[in-house]
Amino acid sequence: MRKLIGPIATAAILAGSLATGAVAQETIKIGVTQPLTGAFAASGNYVAQGAKIAEDEINKAGGVLGKKIQLIIEDNKSNPTEAVSTVEKLIEKDKVPVLMGAWSSTLTLAVMPKLQEYRVPMVVETSSSGKITTSGNPYIFRISPTSEMEAKAFQPLVAKMGIKKADFLYTNNDFGIGSGAEYAKMLKANGVKIGVMETMDPKATDFSAQLAKIKAAGGDTLFVTTAVEQLTLILKQAKEQQLKVRIVSCGGSNSPDQLIEQAGAAANGSYHTTFFPPWFPEVTKNPDVSKRYMAEWKKRGHNVGGLTEGYRGYDGIYVAVAGIKAAGKADPEAIRKALWGVHVKGVYGDISFMKQGPAGKESGQNVPTVYLVEIKDGKVVKTSF
Amino acid sequence: MGELVQHLLNATILGGTYALLGIGLTLIFGIMRVVNFTHGELYAFGAYCMYALAMLLGVNFFVALVLAMILGAALGAVLEIVLLSRLRGADIDTTMLVMIGAWIVMQNTEQLVWSGVALSIANPFPADPLVMGPLSVSWNRVFVFAAALLLIAGTYHLVNRTRLGKAMRATFQDRDTAALMGIRIDRIHTATFALGSSLAAAAGALLGPVFVVAPTMGDLAASKAFAIVILGGLGSVTGATLGGFILAFVEEIGAGYISSGYRDAMGFLLIILILLVRPTGLFAQKERIG
Repeated sequence: MRKLIGPIATAAILAGSLATGAVAQETIKIGVTQPLTGAFAASGNYVAQGAKIAEDEINKAGGVLGKKIQLIIEDNKSNPTEAVSTVEKLIEKDKVPVLMGAWSSTLTLAVMPKLQEYRVPMVVETSSSGKITTSGNPYIFRISPTSEMEAKAFQPLVAKMGIKKADFLYTNNDFGIGSGAEYAKMLKANGVKIGVMETMDPKATDFSAQLAKIKAAGGDTLFVTTAVEQLTLILKQAKEQQLKVRIVSCGGSNSPDQLIEQAGAAANGSYHTTFFPPWFPEVTKNPDVSKRYMAEWKKRGHNVGGLTEGYRGYDGIYVAVAGIKAAGKADPEAIRKALWGVHVKGVYGDISFMKQGPAGKESGQNVPTVYLVEIKDGKVVKTSF
Repeated sequence: MGELVQHLLNATILGGTYALLGIGLTLIFGIMRVVNFTHGELYAFGAYCMYALAMLLGVNFFVALVLAMILGAALGAVLEIVLLSRLRGADIDTTMLVMIGAWIVMQNTEQLVWSGVALSIANPFPADPLVMGPLSVSWNRVFVFAAALLLIAGTYHLVNRTRLGKAMRATFQDRDTAALMGIRIDRIHTATFALGSSLAAAAGALLGPVFVVAPTMGDLAASKAFAIVILGGLGSVTGATLGGFILAFVEEIGAGYISSGYRDAMGFLLIILILLVRPTGLFAQKERIG
């Protein structure tokens, strides 16, 4: 038996390399780095599922430049060090001319120096930290909004909601700190008093200490920035501690459907920013695109709670492919230049890039629409403001 | 004033949880001297058992708790027999590497089976919290606290007052002598690991309904458990219990009055301070070296 293993393994490896060799000639590869395991696994998998829908749709419609596209999805394990390794692997081994990633701001910031080193552009589909597009990295093209844009979109609601004194609770990473700072700046400029700014470890599950402090601070609105898992616990624990303030979640990774399912009655009366409202797709800029994406998502049996995350990957791949098409070749530098001129009708809205960051080495930044929704009696509704 | 009392109440409730996490590990890490990296996964296993039993199969909440503990003990026994029994007498590094491997396999299996989406477990307690003046606490947490105290008392009794406990302590003090005295040391190894595992699973089953259930839930639990055991002194049930409460108070008061950003660092800062003064931890038993 042992004698057989050698030749069989060799044959398998040969067959494998022949197969990939053959495929490589016909396809254009796009590298994707997402947190498929670890703390952000749920969201990362949704983005990957959305990306695969886009891949299949594009290939069914004939691909790009006469070739099919092929996604190479790597797991960055929710870990910045691993994220860097995945990007190096995708660029060096798979020779991808364009990337999409890396979900969280911390992961994206970690891989950015590598993009500059290897000169390969990346479409950023989720991250919101301002630093990503203002640090002078010309290989970054972000389709998701920055925390600053989100805070600005919220501005007209401050008076309408009657916010007088706000407290903050955010996750202690680039995403949370950036969001807290931008919202606090905007609120202050609108005459709102800022109470306490509390932080939490991204892995923490018990927030009793922070919530007791927030209760004592006595604001009328609590702005929370974190992903859905911690948000679920915060809503539940706020109810346990009888914290009777209005809770607004920021950052758009809050999956209201999952909150309703898991936090139950504790989710009622909370507000959530989102960049795609699947409960009323008709209000989006491109309702036909939104509905097509939603129909395919449901057809594939994916978790409906993931609709508010999967579109990021769906749009990201369409944008990368538009870049390849406009470049006319699968070359990183040509794609980088071409991405400046793309116009994509996506779930995020009409996607195109404006310049952000220091002159001469600007990053691309899209301006998506920001929506605020409310959870009322176990249902997601448009806010009445 | 109300805020301080609420902080103290929160810390007491959280302390019960931490103590429960600590005692399971103190048996395995403290008495057996196995650096048990699977502790957090056994905790997650308990929570997933609870989800499967209570939410999918419709088993009664309290019956499911007991079943989760039994399943945790069974998984612990399997781990001990399959992995650790071959490593008796191996050096600590080898065992540690094997346990790291088991940890990674277990965590990835959880994600494969349950996906990374967090799950929640309904509990039979009233949704409105228990309110006493300005203070409030959820009924579910009160139940967890009571159950934790019961399990801690039971474990203390078992280790210090029963023949099995005596045999455990004897085996891990001096294997050869214990064997000569007629103790079936293989069984004692398996039983101790199973008991520690079942306590980890109990903690997961109790806390699953309080928090949410996710494949990475064990990482934080394990790091807290190691901190508690080192703080309290290896192998001491009393030490692990008090260590749990001390950690909870330091975290809660630290987050409340110093900075919540350093909440999770406070505990480790405390460990450094305590180990500087008492290198064996607060309640370590005297032991023979060599």
